Amino acid sequence: MTKKNKEKEMVLLQGNQAIAYGALAAGVNFFAGYPITPSTEIAEILSLELPKRGGSFIQMEDEIASISAIIGGSLAGAKTMTATSGPGFSLMQEGIGFARMTETPCVVVNVMRAGPSTGLPTNPSQGDIMQSRWGTHGDSPAIVLYPNSVKESFELTIRAVNLAEKYRTCVVLLSDEVLGHMREAVMLPDLDDVNIVKRIKPNVPPEWYKHYKNNPKYRTPVANFGEGYRFHVTGLAHDELGFPTNKSEEVDEMMDRLDNKIKHHVDDLIQIESFMMDDATTAILAVGITSRAAKAAVLMARKLGKRVGLIRPLTIWPFPNDIIRKYFSEVKTIIVAELNQGQLYLVIKRIMAYKKKRRIVPLLRNDGELITPQQILDVILEGK
Amino acid sequence: MEKISQKTIHKYLRHNKHFPHVWCPGCSNGIVLGATIRAVAELGLKKDDVAMVSGIGCSSRMPVYVDLNTLHSVHGRAIAYATGIKMVKPKMNVCIVTGDGDATAIGGNHLIHAARRNIDLTVILINNNIYGMTGGQFSPTTPTGDIATTTPYGNIDPVFDICELAMGAGATFVARTSAYHAIEMKSFIKQAFVHDGFSLVEIISACPVIYGRLNRKGDAPEMMRNMKENVITASAYEKLAPENRENKVIRGILRNVDKPEYTKQYAKLVESLKPKAEDSNGN
Ligand SMILES: Cc1ncc(C[n+]2csc(CCOP(=O)(O)OP(=O)(O)O)c2C)c(N)n1
Ligand code: SF4
Repeated sequence: MTKKNKEKEMVLLQGNQAIAYGALAAGVNFFAGYPITPSTEIAEILSLELPKRGGSFIQMEDEIASISAIIGGSLAGAKTMTATSGPGFSLMQEGIGFARMTETPCVVVNVMRAGPSTGLPTNPSQGDIMQSRWGTHGDSPAIVLYPNSVKESFELTIRAVNLAEKYRTCVVLLSDEVLGHMREAVMLPDLDDVNIVKRIKPNVPPEWYKHYKNNPKYRTPVANFGEGYRFHVTGLAHDELGFPTNKSEEVDEMMDRLDNKIKHHVDDLIQIESFMMDDATTAILAVGITSRAAKAAVLMARKLGKRVGLIRPLTIWPFPNDIIRKYFSEVKTIIVAELNQGQLYLVIKRIMAYKKKRRIVPLLRNDGELITPQQILDVILEGK
Repeated sequence: MEKISQKTIHKYLRHNKHFPHVWCPGCSNGIVLGATIRAVAELGLKKDDVAMVSGIGCSSRMPVYVDLNTLHSVHGRAIAYATGIKMVKPKMNVCIVTGDGDATAIGGNHLIHAARRNIDLTVILINNNIYGMTGGQFSPTTPTGDIATTTPYGNIDPVFDICELAMGAGATFVARTSAYHAIEMKSFIKQAFVHDGFSLVEIISACPVIYGRLNRKGDAPEMMRNMKENVITASAYEKLAPENRENKVIRGILRNVDKPEYTKQYAKLVESLKPKAEDSNGN
């Protein structure tokens, strides 16, 4: 990928490559990681590309070190990212919470593989939907994105980096083994056309600077280490200056700030695709790689005259509760297809609980294989 | 040598709302704080150019008091956070304040790998032989036989020699002193800051309130006297009869060598990849 990609051409890219190139396009200039299948290509590509661009790459001693290093790097002013899979993602949880608590932008990519434990390292899964939301201790909102194509892997990586900056938090980008390793032809955008969110630098005198301003306009200027503003960062509950506090009013303000900056901007955060939902009486809910089979199943069912549609959130968290309720308000059957033991199924059951006369059917697969269009079609046909 | 006045020290402290500090009376942590500030001041380092990173523990509470770029991270990971800062801003002086548990138990992996890389970080390791913050559980440096709240029958674990560990892992500047030897401490911390590579200064310290009480080590002054008598130079150690060497710990600069520093190596790599006008890549 060149800076001036004037003559645009189609390139054949792997999902993981697209994530690496997306990171570069978004301005990621520090990556720290630890190898793990099926995410390793991301680190390999960035080890090749970052030094060429004056950025930094480091292979750390483990995933805990990796997330720690990218948080440190972000505090020093870089746009930072790491990439991992299930076992590494588990190790990163404390760090993810620290980044959320200290409002330090960074991106964690989790190319999901089948678990639990070492599981099936080279097989896909969607087992970390809930871990990406609730994996770290304590209670704090999460931003989690999940593409379903190579092109979207590129685009959502850029979006993840931008959202991390905009909302000053750790954004998780989910992918899965199949998405990460499959190749598709994509047209990469001109880098000049890529929208990049830059950190707003403070211009107040240092003694006025507050690293954590309680400001309803959440985008406040943010200083970096080593640039004249000597602020304090701690994972302890802190006041606007970043200093530890246990005064309940100050803790409350902090918790509200963390919560509201996500809660009040759901519209900005949510991306969702609806496919053939206009007249649908049966809806499939699927994300990531499974949504591709679901789309194929919708087309097969339509050929048979069935009124079936698909809903696919690209933003998994915050979950698009209200939009989905609207889409599903008239459908009779909802099929939730996913590669786990029913994580999104639980969410759909919960948000649709207000209307009892509706079938919600889980279609789950846990054996490291993908759900096929035919499997989904069978469930669609059974329902009639 | 320029004398650092009390007033100068105050210039390095944060006065808005962080005092009194959390440390117990007689704790060594304050002495290390004083020596660290004196080192930074005597070296004339610009406050903006210094980052102080810590983990979790009594010792790790230090950064909040100091008017530097300060990061109080999570337990055990300070060196990894600091590595990220240093990679992004190699010109910054990045020091780590950490405890024996923070650095050698939960954080042992990061310690040895940062030492192996020889990345230019300055580790100020306050070794009080116990987990102070959590109320006195044993650490990898609690002497065998000693009492901690989780070794009620006496500790059966062998101990780490932290300096040996750091040297074994590749640290290029390693020194040990005690909280009693405050002037030497300052001098070692200064040299560690100046050293271009991974440096570690182990400071044998007193936690009179927990470790001292559990092990009947006397009050704070008594523990200070012990440090004075037992933390000795290599030459003093050599002069002792073998039977008198038990309980003695050697202080001094144990290693000071020059080896390629990690971020400089990385910068060289970046330089070598730059497209050159005449197509040679310099080697
Ligand atoms: C992941 C994690 N595990 C455990 C703890 C609890 N904890 C806090 S401080 C500490 C030990 C601190 O001992 P040391 O590093 O020796 O520092 P000291 O308090 O003695 O200065 C422990 C176990 C924690 N905060 N985080
Ligand atoms: S518990 Fe020990 S180490 Fe902690 S502040 Fe008190 S004396 Fe110092």
